[in-house]
Amino acid sequence: MYAYDELDRTLINERVSEFRDQVKRRLSGELTEDEFKMLRLQNGVYLQLHAYMFRVAIPYGTLSSKQLRRLAHVARRYDRGYGHFTTRQNIQFNWIKLSELPDALAELAEVGIHAMQTSGNNMRNVTSDQWAGVAPGEVEDPRIWSEILRQHTTLHPEFSFLPRKFKIAITASEHDRAAIKVHDIGLRLHKNADGETGFEVLVGGGLGRTPFIAKTIKPYVAGRDILSYVEAILRVYNQYGRRDNIYKARIKILVHELGIEKFAREVEEEWKQMGHGALTLDHSVIEEVRSRFSYPPYEKLPHMPDELKQAAHDPLFERWRKNSVAPHKVQGYSIVTLSLKPVGGPPGDATADQMDAVADLADRYSFGEIRVGHEQNLALPHVAKRDLPQLWKALDRIGLATPNVNLVTDIIACPGLDYCSLANARSIPIAQELTRRFANHDTAEMIGRLHINISGCINACGHHHVGHIGILGVEKNGEEFYQITIGGRADENAQMGALIGPAVPYAEVADVIEDIVEAYLALRDRPEELFVDTVKRLGVEPFKERVYATR
Amino acid sequence: MPLVKNGRITTDLFVHVADGAELPGDGDILISAERFLADPDILSRRPGKTGVVWPNNRAVDDLVPHLERLAAVALVFPTFRDGRAYSQARLLRERHGYDGELRATGQVLRDQFVFMSRAGFDAFEVKKDADADAFAETMKRYSVFYQPTGDGRVTALNRRMQLRHSESAGQ
Repeated sequence: MYAYDELDRTLINERVSEFRDQVKRRLSGELTEDEFKMLRLQNGVYLQLHAYMFRVAIPYGTLSSKQLRRLAHVARRYDRGYGHFTTRQNIQFNWIKLSELPDALAELAEVGIHAMQTSGNNMRNVTSDQWAGVAPGEVEDPRIWSEILRQHTTLHPEFSFLPRKFKIAITASEHDRAAIKVHDIGLRLHKNADGETGFEVLVGGGLGRTPFIAKTIKPYVAGRDILSYVEAILRVYNQYGRRDNIYKARIKILVHELGIEKFAREVEEEWKQMGHGALTLDHSVIEEVRSRFSYPPYEKLPHMPDELKQAAHDPLFERWRKNSVAPHKVQGYSIVTLSLKPVGGPPGDATADQMDAVADLADRYSFGEIRVGHEQNLALPHVAKRDLPQLWKALDRIGLATPNVNLVTDIIACPGLDYCSLANARSIPIAQELTRRFANHDTAEMIGRLHINISGCINACGHHHVGHIGILGVEKNGEEFYQITIGGRADENAQMGALIGPAVPYAEVADVIEDIVEAYLALRDRPEELFVDTVKRLGVEPFKERVYATR
Repeated sequence: MPLVKNGRITTDLFVHVADGAELPGDGDILISAERFLADPDILSRRPGKTGVVWPNNRAVDDLVPHLERLAAVALVFPTFRDGRAYSQARLLRERHGYDGELRATGQVLRDQFVFMSRAGFDAFEVKKDADADAFAETMKRYSVFYQPTGDGRVTALNRRMQLRHSESAGQ
């Protein structure tokens, strides 16, 4: 965990007091709605279909049990008793009253939580691998760098009014769980030939109506230079990014229009002129930030404790363990994913009671720490293997032991037309219906890893382009239709899915998805071949033939 | 529209002169970049001071050769959503060493004062009287700053390092 010091706390409180003043000026009419809009967006407040929506940052996906309890409190006191975890390590509350927002923020600030830059045309919450610091084989803990960037991007005096929003993600593992290739800047920690830690810097990735996979702008930037290099990219973007058309304002369009080589030259030129100034990170400064991350006092535990051997006789426990428990870098410990995708439930939602219960379980079994991943699930990052059977029972009691992590019912979905004023179509009921269709766990297991991502409009908050199966809601003559793509992925081999055929009406989506899965089961050359690999091997055509032959 | 300079509401001695309008015989003037670049010698012909209103879509490089002789540079915020002038301001102050008046014009609200001041602005044509009145108070709103800029404010990282040194010195 990162421990806030007095300076971090002071800044958050100062921001709360500024926002309180902004809300007061809006309520008194001193600010017009247009003026206030920009100000509330800088602090995570959207106006949705039914109410204000409030998005709170969970930087790089790390929460303490104390913080999670406070989120539960906010859900209960200021909302309708639940929250929604998003694809960018945020939590959203859907029913907040504007007049109560400053108080909610003040309560969150007491535990070091803020909503700064969770929306608006600024540098958004810096995201990272939810297994950071515990995944085996990691180069180093990417949260050190995430925190350095979090501080640097917070209330930045030059880049708070960019052409459009700007998202940075960091990974330090070979397997990319942070989806860095679909971010404005993606940073991959690695070591150069001399064994020094630095970053491969990628730029210009993003989804939305014009999706692009990020391109490498520089294969290696030393850790000490990362702030100045990021600043150089931002400065070029701030000056030359398009402001005439909101749909062409993201950095991906600038990179695309200039070409990566020319864009890289512009950045390099700016970077050179910046010289080795105040942004260069001394070793001691990096160590200062590193020193404020604490790691649990792990015990020396056996690889295979008796408790685990005994529990292995219970097939239900085994099913959950094989699905939701991942290896930890320390022997005798595991990383446990908590599925927020129950059958029939909206993906990513958790009730206040569930949040409180998870906080208690984190205290008992995970050194008080919780993680949030972009797949909209939670994780307990340091669970002793001997405690797994007890933890499983406790999770099952609160509905968080659905053994469907990475399976067909582990669906990513945006809030869609049920909440969002931008949406063209509903997302949540599609997800709910699919979880019912594939509710049989044996079937889901036989299908294997399969990511379905659903967005209710072209803005792609549900990351449909990079779902193994992507579902995009569109509007046709006043009716909800859905375009379906297959073969997308968001990991280190990120790519966009390909359209499988004409859009289908709401009522037929689940049937089509079932047909696609049937086709896959018939087409895969062995059970271990994942859906996405079969699509890669065969292309879209054989799927299209089978799915659309009868339609 | 009130002008805030050096932290106080001040009488604006500069007159904005539109392109094509005749220049006053004396007194301080603010003219467009286009008008200025067409005739930079204007600086030595008139008794009053000259400032230039520089648009936010033109690189400041063209202005750099003249900086030493200019009394003011005004940068433009067509709306407060458009943040290009923040980069221009930092480049003028931090890269090109400009130390004359740097003025923010356009849609300038109190919510930008701290950002603008950190980027190097020291004069503000403020849209609303109430915001101009609140200038001093607004500038006190923040006491912690994460980024190093040319404004000289000590960053959080530096304060932490100083604290650490004084702690280890006391041991």
